Amino acid sequence: MNIIVIGCGKIGRCLIESLASEGHNVIAIDPNPTVISEITNLYDVMCVCGSGTDSDTLNEANVEKAELVISVTGSDEFNMLACFLAKRMGAKNTVARIRNPEYNDNSLGFLKYHLDLSVPINPEKLAARELFNVLKFPGALNIETFSTRNFEMVELKLKSDSALDGMKLIDVRKQYPGNYLVCAVGRDGETIIPDGNFVLKSGDKIGITAQPAEITRLLKKLGHLKKQARTVMILGASKTAYYLAKLLISSGVSVKIIELNETRCKEFSNALPEAVMINGDGTSQELLLEEGIDKVDGFVALTGMDEQNILVSIVASNHKVPKVITKVNRTELAQMAEKLGLDSIVSPKKTISNVICRYARALENSMGSNVETLYKIMDGSAEALEFNVGQVFKAADVQLKDISLKQGVLIAGIIRGRKTIIPSGNDAILQGDKVIVVAAGKKLSDLSDIIA
Amino acid sequence: MNYKMVFGTVGRVLAVESVLMLLPAIVSLLYNESAIWAILVTAGVTFLFGALLSMLCRKSSSVIYAKEGFAIVALSWILMSVFGALPFVLSGEIPNYIDAYFEIVSGFTTTGATILRDVEIISKGLLFWRSFSHWIGGMGVLVFIMAIMPKISDRSMHILRAEMPGHSVGKLVPKAKSTARILYLIYIVMTIVQMILLLCGGMSLFDSTVISLGTAGTGGFTVTNAGIGGYSAYCQWIILVFMFLYGINFNLYYMLLIKKAKSVFKSEELWSYVGILSVSTVIITINTLSSTGVLSDTVRHSAFQSVAFMTTTGFSTANFNDWPSLSKALLLILMFLGGCGGSTAGGLKISRFVLMCKLISREFRKMLHPTSVHTVRFEGKQVDEKTLSSVTTYFALYMLCIFVVFIALSFEPFGLETNFSVAVSSFNNIGPGFGSAASHWGDYSAVSKLILSFSMLLGRLEIFPLLITLSPTFKYKK
Repeated sequence: MNIIVIGCGKIGRCLIESLASEGHNVIAIDPNPTVISEITNLYDVMCVCGSGTDSDTLNEANVEKAELVISVTGSDEFNMLACFLAKRMGAKNTVARIRNPEYNDNSLGFLKYHLDLSVPINPEKLAARELFNVLKFPGALNIETFSTRNFEMVELKLKSDSALDGMKLIDVRKQYPGNYLVCAVGRDGETIIPDGNFVLKSGDKIGITAQPAEITRLLKKLGHLKKQARTVMILGASKTAYYLAKLLISSGVSVKIIELNETRCKEFSNALPEAVMINGDGTSQELLLEEGIDKVDGFVALTGMDEQNILVSIVASNHKVPKVITKVNRTELAQMAEKLGLDSIVSPKKTISNVICRYARALENSMGSNVETLYKIMDGSAEALEFNVGQVFKAADVQLKDISLKQGVLIAGIIRGRKTIIPSGNDAILQGDKVIVVAAGKKLSDLSDIIA
Repeated sequence: MNYKMVFGTVGRVLAVESVLMLLPAIVSLLYNESAIWAILVTAGVTFLFGALLSMLCRKSSSVIYAKEGFAIVALSWILMSVFGALPFVLSGEIPNYIDAYFEIVSGFTTTGATILRDVEIISKGLLFWRSFSHWIGGMGVLVFIMAIMPKISDRSMHILRAEMPGHSVGKLVPKAKSTARILYLIYIVMTIVQMILLLCGGMSLFDSTVISLGTAGTGGFTVTNAGIGGYSAYCQWIILVFMFLYGINFNLYYMLLIKKAKSVFKSEELWSYVGILSVSTVIITINTLSSTGVLSDTVRHSAFQSVAFMTTTGFSTANFNDWPSLSKALLLILMFLGGCGGSTAGGLKISRFVLMCKLISREFRKMLHPTSVHTVRFEGKQVDEKTLSSVTTYFALYMLCIFVVFIALSFEPFGLETNFSVAVSSFNNIGPGFGSAASHWGDYSAVSKLILSFSMLLGRLEIFPLLITLSPTFKYKK
């Protein structure tokens, strides 16, 4: 598929990397020649140096042949204009990054309709939603919801005193009966799709799929369940912080936001009257203690500086805050932060690349069983996908034990209407179902890809 | 430095070379020649060596940087020639290994200079291999590998840039693999069309194939002692037109294919190329008209020789060595200029020449108005200062290298004209020189032949890949 990415900042690069590795024909546009030469060296893509709102530049990038144009520069207005032009010049679908709360709160639908945007995307809002999910379920590292909302996947880390340490999966099933499935295990940076004889070790990350109620029950038995956060402290009054605070406040959590810039504090206190705004330096331990960091249930570091987020998060962990979440944008720093003991790391650019990759794959096979949801799990080394079973799926109505699946692929769940099935060998996939598949080291774009 | 990646890729190159050797083997088989064994043995040895190398260096990571790109290209070209020379030695047709090495380097670098006094004694299979090496070297062997093999690395741009000539190497389409495929497709179609047109002109199948291969790479090996002069005027015109076409940037053909003809006719480089060629043809025609007399022949010879030298092919239809000094001087200048960037031609490249002319004019204007600000524009776009400085640096290094080769050759007893023209001709991958080196370079000593081989490689790879790989600072930069 021909995809044009306008703007090669942090998010742009992340998109270019993941789209190029999925095999798309990617053309990148950026006005800065230094950035352009860097991108040409790093990725197998073509670059055009120029402005995304210049019709000559868009022509040079063959916009009339592009199936998808994604504009992710720092300016919302620029993105809107670039997408509008691209659409008028013949691009089939357009995605614009629009992150200013002004546009997002009320006028988004209006903008989307009149600018003919396929998808407006707001990384900060998506990240806030992800953060909110994690705060709701503090025992989990990550939690992903599939389309119907009554099927979820949680990622847990097995601590050294975990009851599951050294247990075979069959025995886990016997000891903790229930309607769930351990569908992926991350060990030493690799993701394994386990079978019944797989032995769990402490330090593993495990992915479990089930209905939300089932997950709560299981986590309670395992002792992983912690109560939902009631008081949350947020460092940095960023856009993500705004969206997160809004979500938290609407579900009755009390929020305290620390921000150095006074004007920003005033803006926030105007927009979020329920939140407590503290104007001060969040890196000062004195201030953190004064504001009661040792008493909050959750701490979220959301400043624009990865390094600052990591350091303050370590401070918060030392004060025994039950759930500490760190926003880290740079991949290499995220790995280091994990080594330092911070386990909940959220990166907006990863979230956005999940969304766009899913969208691109769905566009690619709108004929077959298209991808409804896609999550990169286990630090991106595996994927959990939700497919709509289409007309052409050849293994429909066949019992699962008679289908031979590819190596590293697992059917983790079937959603039929309002019913959720954790599949066994006697179940079958029917037309109209939604199927959740976990795949390690593979890029699936159609449900038929899972059959060997 | 990712040595495993470098040597693994070089191993792949050798394996591909051995497969390509099967084509000359088939030709040998058709003509029932004993040289087939020499070719097959070489192919076997090369394949074993290449396969072993890539097996031993199974890559752990495919991350490469510019320096790995340089090393891959430089080592591939050197080793490819080392093995490519073997069939000549094994068959006994060029018994001296250094001679054979020179001959095949001259082939791969599309120079077309030969050490053979009599090419007609060489068997057909080996003549085919010689010209086929032009064809492989013209577009580049790593580009070929990129087109047919699974992806080498995400960062294959470093390899593409190191192998393809021109001051700025860009891709036609987003993927390196598709770019390589499109380039080779255009290349193959053009070669076949030329072959058919030559066949229509009454040339034999073997000759038309080999001449087409030689023209495609802008090489210049011929198969008869008479050279191109022995063919009909029609064939000469066909060859002339195709030499001209191969000297044009291949990106423009792609533009034509995707129906963007407008931008093709706006290309400054193309018009400069056409302009320089027409001017030199006119001057040479007027200059040589008195000695030959027939206008049509004079125009043909002048145009042919201009195109042959400018595109660095080096075919000849007339005895240009006896032409007046003005014509010879013009031809010598054309040797320096070379074809367009992104073509199969060698030389300095028109794009660099045009940029330097613009730099000179900017300098003049700056002297007149010291505080004025000028930007240099090329092909409708502003050229950044980094590119400009790399163009002037390249030119300085290019002249320096030619001088060094020239001095090194001056130990030979052939006179200034011969030595200088050979130095220029080898570095720019043309083929013939002036004076006693007009038809063959066999009289040079073994040391000079090695120097010339190196000079040809330097010129084909545009100096940096080879010099950087061989420089002592390279290995410390781990």
